[in-house]
Amino acid sequence: MSYSLRTPLLFGAVALLFILQGSTDWWIFAGSWNASLTILNMALISAIMALGVNLQWGYAGLFNVGIMGFVALGGLATVLVSMPATPGAWSQGGVGIVFGLLVGAATVVAAVLINTRMAAGRNRTLATIGTLVVGFFLYRFIFDAGVAGVEAINPAQTGYLGGLNPGGPENYKAHGYMTLLAWPVGGILAAGAAWVVGKTALGLRSDYLAIATLGISEIVIAVIKNEDWMARGVKNVIGLPRPVPYEVDLQQSADFVARADSLGLDATTASTLAVKLSYSALFTVVLVALIILAQLSLNSPWGRMMRAIRDNEVAAQAMGKDVTKRHLQIFVLGSALCGLAGAMMTTLDGQLVPGTYQPLRFTFLIWVMVIVGGSGNNLGSVLGAFLIWFLWIQVEPIGNWLMSVVTYGMEDGSALKTHLIDSAAHMRLFSMGIVLLLVLRFSPRGLIPEK
Amino acid sequence: MDFLNALVALSNFVLIPAIAYGSQLALGALGVTLIYGILRFSNFAHGDTMAFGAMVTILFTWWFQSMGLSIHPLPTALLALPFGIVVTAMLLILTDRTVYRFYRRVKAKPIVFVMASMGVMFIMNGVVRFIIGPGDQRFADGERFIIKARDFKNATGLSEGLAFKTSQGITIVTAIIVVAVLFWFLNRTRTGKSMRAFSDNEDLALLSGINPERVVMITWIIVAALITIAGTLYGLDKTFKPFTYFQLLLPIFASAIVGGLGNPLGAIAGGFVIAFSEVTITYAWKKVAVYLLPESLEPTGLVQLMSTDYKFAVSFVILIVVLLFKPTGLFKGQSV
Repeated sequence: MSYSLRTPLLFGAVALLFILQGSTDWWIFAGSWNASLTILNMALISAIMALGVNLQWGYAGLFNVGIMGFVALGGLATVLVSMPATPGAWSQGGVGIVFGLLVGAATVVAAVLINTRMAAGRNRTLATIGTLVVGFFLYRFIFDAGVAGVEAINPAQTGYLGGLNPGGPENYKAHGYMTLLAWPVGGILAAGAAWVVGKTALGLRSDYLAIATLGISEIVIAVIKNEDWMARGVKNVIGLPRPVPYEVDLQQSADFVARADSLGLDATTASTLAVKLSYSALFTVVLVALIILAQLSLNSPWGRMMRAIRDNEVAAQAMGKDVTKRHLQIFVLGSALCGLAGAMMTTLDGQLVPGTYQPLRFTFLIWVMVIVGGSGNNLGSVLGAFLIWFLWIQVEPIGNWLMSVVTYGMEDGSALKTHLIDSAAHMRLFSMGIVLLLVLRFSPRGLIPEK
Repeated sequence: MDFLNALVALSNFVLIPAIAYGSQLALGALGVTLIYGILRFSNFAHGDTMAFGAMVTILFTWWFQSMGLSIHPLPTALLALPFGIVVTAMLLILTDRTVYRFYRRVKAKPIVFVMASMGVMFIMNGVVRFIIGPGDQRFADGERFIIKARDFKNATGLSEGLAFKTSQGITIVTAIIVVAVLFWFLNRTRTGKSMRAFSDNEDLALLSGINPERVVMITWIIVAALITIAGTLYGLDKTFKPFTYFQLLLPIFASAIVGGLGNPLGAIAGGFVIAFSEVTITYAWKKVAVYLLPESLEPTGLVQLMSTDYKFAVSFVILIVVLLFKPTGLFKGQSV
């Protein structure tokens, strides 16, 4: 089969999966358009994450296993931008928190300056340690007072700084466009974190970057879980504003009900579908724009340089390319895409639940998508995202079906049968591992290989 | 008296837990370092393989317990340990045959090995959850304490108690034995020497007639032993939950890198560096400070540098500092 035909055919096959999911309940399919659109929306977001990872891995050969952290930073940005500021939070401690953080940052800068400016010796060591210790206690003193002030404000409902929404606590849901503003902010936050990691770990052996990113993602999650003043930690922020209308409002609009009627749908179903479709439309716009940009960059001189570096670092260096700098650049870019996708995901969920960020789901699954789809090929990683996300959701019905086949001959109520059926849910990780290993071994270039 | 009380509080809450945790990390980091030295990649499946080894041991423990087999006052898990090691070794050799050997043969880049190990991690994770479930499992039995806090108070008349758990004692003793045996093996036996030769210079080792497949197989067997012991000890000391083993990956990597990847001595030192930093930074020092400082200077807060939830951040920061200032680690491991 020629490659020019292969891409549309594969995309068609995946589209067929989504259509079957919506239209028929045969075999493992749900037969509900609602379910199909739910999967589609997350698949669109996953596709953006996969594009980001493909940028890093496919273009430059950088191995980032901290995707979860960058995604979570995007989610944090959504809260910080789209929620209203908690009344009184800034006066009762917000200023203290910011001041404390500044003191902390100043301490680190001072320590670095002492380390670089002073002559090496015992004096320098003592001065550095002294600055760090004094600075740390000063920082904790100011910062802790601020945190206590903020967290004391109505802890059951707020107890955090809140965001930038101009509507205030009563009317913030009318300013749904703020969530859209949060998307690029999420990208910038993630890019900042990526810069710090990249600056330290790039240029060292390749697996150090992997370990460093694994670490930063765990820490980002730990910070979001524990710093209640920022986004309420594990108490979760719920009821984020939406860039699309609410179902209830649609059901009350006579115009909408009439139009739903003319399509032969009842108002409730029509409203859920309409909301999901508007999200899909928003996400599709972002995804298509990103694919176009990614394709342009891949074929530009910059893209050629990146692939040249990936394929032979030494040769590229000899040609005068600054390998570490280019790596840092693309690492930051790719992570920014993950942050953007993270902000979009939190918008879709309408809430930030730090407890749900699991590395296997957010880091390693995205990797499976990229490798299965075809690393180095933007369309490939998008296809991989759609296919793998669909399978990830459907592994459970497939697992149940498989288990019912396996246990067909066993008598009802036997311990083994119950155990097998109960464990069907754990098939997910197992099957994803098998898929990854099989693709890596027998078709390392993926479904749509790089040209 | 106050000084003794402070010392006891320090040992009870900092020294003993940190030594036990450090031994567990050291055993885990030894595995990572051996794999890195011989097979030349960072094994991401390490944490989940640890969970697998511990799980097999737990299953054997339950079986022995149901048969009434016991080595009271020691936990039955020690009896089950050899069986756990054998099963884990078989599994690791099987993964090597089915997954890694192919990439060795085509001389794939190290990063491809790392990715393959990620796939293995998924599968191990799934297998463990499939067999034993994602929840907490209890399998510790036997005497719980070597020294009970109240007995210690009665015997010494101090107001601070010192508790020394059996699991901590076993951890420390086992770690010492395992490390001694491992170093004897690496430095004194022919096979151990060939392993070190292979790690130092692969081409030269091949020229001198060392069979690489045999070296690799022995490495996996040793790793299986280390990992199963570390996993079981951690489970005895704290609790067995598959996800916590995945999270151990970061401190274990940090230990191996801090000590110098590929250097067994470094892995042990790194394990203790990480464990002691984690415990001292997240410990609330008030209890010790109360005894040492005069009343007027007594702290009002907990004197805790960081909340315990940030213990991963500690290993990460140490890792970053080492990467920045001494990428080869404290003991000159391999680095490029």
